[in-house]
Amino acid sequence: MTTIVRDGAFHGDDLSEEHGFRWVEFESLLAGDVTVDDEIGVRLPNSADPSVAIDHVLGVDAVSIPFPSFADGRGFGLARWLRRLGYEGRLRATGHLIADQYAFALRCGFDEVEISDDLAARQDESQWKVQVPRGAGQQSYQDRLRKSA
Amino acid sequence: MYSYNEFDESYVRGRVAQFREQVSRRIDGSLTEDEFKPLRLMNGLYLQLHAYMLRVAVPYGTLNSIQMRQLATIAERWDKGYGHFTTRQNIQFNWPRLRDVPDMLDALADVGMHAIQTSGNCIRNVTADHFAGAAADEIEDPRPTAELLRQWSTDHPEFTYLPRKFKIAITGSPNDRAVTKAHDIGLRMVRNEAGEPGYEVIVGGGLGRTPMVGHVVRDFLPKADLLPYLEAVLSVYNLSGRRDNKYKARIKILVHETGAEKLKAQIETAFETIRSELTGPDAELVAAIEAAFAPPDFDNTRSVAFEEAVAADPLLRSFVETNVAEHKNPAYGIVTVSLKPVGGTPGDASAEQMRVLADLAERYGHDELRVSHEQNIILPHVRRADIAAVHAELKKAGLATANIGLISDIIACPGMDYCALATARSIPIAQEIAQRFDELKLEHEVGPLKIKISGCINACGHHHVGHIGILGLDRAGVENYQITLGGDGTETATIGERAGPGFSADEIVPAVERLVMAYLNLREGSDETFLQAYRRLGLSPFREALYPQEMQSHAA
Repeated sequence: MTTIVRDGAFHGDDLSEEHGFRWVEFESLLAGDVTVDDEIGVRLPNSADPSVAIDHVLGVDAVSIPFPSFADGRGFGLARWLRRLGYEGRLRATGHLIADQYAFALRCGFDEVEISDDLAARQDESQWKVQVPRGAGQQSYQDRLRKSA
Repeated sequence: MYSYNEFDESYVRGRVAQFREQVSRRIDGSLTEDEFKPLRLMNGLYLQLHAYMLRVAVPYGTLNSIQMRQLATIAERWDKGYGHFTTRQNIQFNWPRLRDVPDMLDALADVGMHAIQTSGNCIRNVTADHFAGAAADEIEDPRPTAELLRQWSTDHPEFTYLPRKFKIAITGSPNDRAVTKAHDIGLRMVRNEAGEPGYEVIVGGGLGRTPMVGHVVRDFLPKADLLPYLEAVLSVYNLSGRRDNKYKARIKILVHETGAEKLKAQIETAFETIRSELTGPDAELVAAIEAAFAPPDFDNTRSVAFEEAVAADPLLRSFVETNVAEHKNPAYGIVTVSLKPVGGTPGDASAEQMRVLADLAERYGHDELRVSHEQNIILPHVRRADIAAVHAELKKAGLATANIGLISDIIACPGMDYCALATARSIPIAQEIAQRFDELKLEHEVGPLKIKISGCINACGHHHVGHIGILGLDRAGVENYQITLGGDGTETATIGERAGPGFSADEIVPAVERLVMAYLNLREGSDETFLQAYRRLGLSPFREALYPQEMQSHAA
């Protein structure tokens, strides 16, 4: 079992097999075993080249990006690129992210983080909830630097 | 000088509160030690050989008197009454207790300071020319750009878990005092043919165990493109930099293994996309930053009293010759205060000395101080007419050492006296060299000579770019010091050449002495500096001086 953190709250996994949802490896998509028209989520390796990956995942319902360790920040960059290049589906971080990184994940374009039950027990919902930016009062430096309209 | 607006203030306070919470979540088990480590590092907290160490950011080396006094207070209240100024223009406190650290951070926030991103695999505190805003040779003050980069890089969601640390330096002068070619990114402010301001961008420099001089990836980057271009560099590095070996994880290795041209093309491709999406920086915000660095109201009254005092007082004369640099305003001088008294620890200042410096800045220096990467403190704007008075006050505080740029103005890392990584002592070697040349009374005769000492291969003492570099290693439990020669950290950046086998702790000072004596014999005149002589003659005659016995046995 895993826990999905979305909007600062713990949820069950609605993208699981029980719900008739299927996750496939990116390679299966490349190989043509599945297509973007299937109801699928694609597991993208964090070493993927976003400019190549985007052509394949556009239109896919969900993409997951792994964090083999919370110190490996490739997933943040990859998510950012997928959003920048126009991916609008659900973006899920998997692996080991800690609550203290949740705000970064959201700001890079992730919708949700999948965490282990062990981590969910250690870092309860409240520790994730405080990370959700609370409106303009929690603007970041990067937001401020953008040219005002 | 930049002072915090409401946003900065609330951000920094928020970070202190967050860190307080992280410390308690570490204690209650919410965070494992592994998970806590990068969080504490990104708040400047290291675990050293004997204790925790707190590294406080001095963004682009600029401080005012209130901030300097607060550093003095922190040193007295939570440390042992002194602080250590570092080669990255920061200050380190070597003896804080973990439970006091959140309070220290609060005390810093009280004066618009913090310890954010002074460590960790993120974009570190941006460094700049320590003469910024004052130097006679300056094209443009680099600090508004440095402040912009501080804001852009703080808590950047994409670039806070990079393969390795990332250091940016900027200079606004053609004479590079910021060592831009030995940084992950170096920026030099330049003008194009139309006279428009922009940056030369250098990527992939670095010292450490694989020293490399950076590559120019853009001769001219228009000012408005800076942030999207840097995002492009960081993005390519974050996604492609090596993560399998921490010693090969810096961007210099990526440049080396990918090839500068290919990497440059990747950066340009990323830049095209990022530029269309990343608007800004906001013009009003930039204007506010620039206004904060407007030059002070200079007092142009001059007085012959200064020239008379210099003529009458040989100590003052010597101080002015070595420690006062040319200011862009002829009525002013840039005064460098040496933190390298003979026999002292390079870069250390006591709380009392910090207060003297703060008072002098307030009274004579338009309230500005700088920390240099050479571990000295600078009063960037002192009216020439006031220099004699400043010198007199410095003398009383033991801060009037006239050795800037000379043999005893040594950069040394903390070494085995403090550091958990060190393989040899650095500070005692620096002290012994300074003492020896003080005995010989040769320092001024020898002239400009940069000695830099690192206590391990990570090269925090920048030995690769010392005219004479010394690297302390551990050879089967015994300290062994290798010498490199001909290094240079300026616009003509060069990595020093290894001279030959290392020396023991007892032999290293005499070896340096032989080198310097050889130089004095070989130079074409007192105008020819050590580095110039080395460039003209090469390693060979200096090698002979270092290893006389080996040479005799060859001859035999």
